[in-house]
Amino acid sequence: MAGIKNADGKSVLLKMAAAIQENKAYLSEVDGLIGDGDHGVNMNKGFTMFAERIQDDTLTFTEGLDTLGTLLFTEIGGSMGPIYGTLFMDMAGAGGDSDVIDTGTLAAMLRAGLDGLYDVVEARPGDKTLVDTLVPALEALEDAKDKGMDFTAALECMKAAAAEGRDATVDMVAKYGRSSRLGERSRGVLDAGAASCCILLTAMAEGMQVLAEN
Amino acid sequence: MQRIINDPDHIVDEMLKGYLKAHSDIVAPTGNPRVVMRADMPGDKVGLVTGGGSGHKPGFIGYVGQNMCDAVAVGEIFSSPTAAAFLDAFRAVNCGKGVACLYGNYSGDNMNVKMAIKMAKKEGIDVKTVVANDDVPSAPKDEREKRRGVAGEILMWKAAGAKAAQGASLDDVIAIAQKAIDSTRSVGIGITPCTLPAVGHPNFEIKDGTMEVGIGHHGEPGIEVCPLEPAAQIAKRMVDIVLPDYPFTAGDEVVVLVSGLGATPVMELYVLYDEIDNLLGARGIKTHRAYVGNYFTSLDMMGATLTVMKLDSELKALIDEPCYAMGLKQI
Repeated sequence: MAGIKNADGKSVLLKMAAAIQENKAYLSEVDGLIGDGDHGVNMNKGFTMFAERIQDDTLTFTEGLDTLGTLLFTEIGGSMGPIYGTLFMDMAGAGGDSDVIDTGTLAAMLRAGLDGLYDVVEARPGDKTLVDTLVPALEALEDAKDKGMDFTAALECMKAAAAEGRDATVDMVAKYGRSSRLGERSRGVLDAGAASCCILLTAMAEGMQVLAEN
Repeated sequence: MQRIINDPDHIVDEMLKGYLKAHSDIVAPTGNPRVVMRADMPGDKVGLVTGGGSGHKPGFIGYVGQNMCDAVAVGEIFSSPTAAAFLDAFRAVNCGKGVACLYGNYSGDNMNVKMAIKMAKKEGIDVKTVVANDDVPSAPKDEREKRRGVAGEILMWKAAGAKAAQGASLDDVIAIAQKAIDSTRSVGIGITPCTLPAVGHPNFEIKDGTMEVGIGHHGEPGIEVCPLEPAAQIAKRMVDIVLPDYPFTAGDEVVVLVSGLGATPVMELYVLYDEIDNLLGARGIKTHRAYVGNYFTSLDMMGATLTVMKLDSELKALIDEPCYAMGLKQI
């Protein structure tokens, strides 16, 4: 199949939540190196609440994303609330009532999410934030779409680009967010937001690949 | 980690329950469980709102009370409150004269406050902000706008709270809050790390026998790690960072606030304060009023912060006004 049915997408969202739960300690550890060490705790809290809340609901991928974004935005706070809240809500808005989510739809959703994010944060590529994971992942997806790549292969490219983007934050000096005050001392470690963004995009891609292959 | 807790993920909500019971003469709950307001909110003044992450007790919530803040938005430990909580706090204390939101300079707070203000505007609530940036080591002087807000926020709330209680306009309250924080400088020294209860172990390291100069209120790394020194040398380091930055000079009258970071015994804070006062005195700086104790903490971190505020006649009168909040009771 060239994509997934939007109606089947709940399993993808649960996979994203599970990935955050599994990586709670890892994310807090990464955050603790140059931040305050609460990233894993707060991400876990938000995604666990989300998974519990949608447990018995029938919802599409885009409906679920909107629920997730709203929950993070209104109930979790931190930096993560407005950042991921905006990203997911705007992605859901762009996906809308699509029956099928294919490479083009997903790219358009991520592009809308990034645009929304840029309204909220000043961070741009190179600033050692989750933008450094998101932008290459999105560009890889758009590139795959232009090349007419198969959905599963396109998601594979997106995953690889997300991981590369995340790893590139090691050598960057933080220019935005809490670690930006460290200047040179922020160099040499991953950015926690870039790490969580990579976990989420990877889990999303893998969840979609499972659906697309069945 | 040995703690008096139940489920660490519920610590903030459980703390709030106890706090509201213990201090019902000062604070009251609101429709939003993460917003606490004054029990005796007057109906005809500029509302004073602050907010921030938990774990700084009496930080934030303890400064809600008479002649101080009117409402506080409460976040998770070391994490900004939601935009919804800031908005509900604005709503709770808006009497039609507008709301002054006086908070620290953290990216999460900045984003959530910005979004809450956008939503408040749609409802016709006039909100203006002052962002505290008293922590000297957190950025160079020419980038003061990047500095964190730390214990100096208490003095900002004290001055602005007194001004608002006098019936001042929103613009006048904002002006005095800005002047208060512009006149204030802080520095922190950490000697042990702190542990988030839900994490269970420290997320950063301060090696035994060392101290981190310029540490942030969440353990953000400072400017220098050096061997732990006697209180006299620690005091000198702190004074040498704070004084030249403003700069505070001979003849100045100041408020001095020495706060523990949570786990340092209060008696040690007085040892530190004595050394600080000696150093200020030697430079001809006169301490008009001193606060020593756990005023703004970082969970179980050991260490202390020094905050110095330069007084003019206006700030002096406002700082001397009485106030009644859990974290600051002044007759």
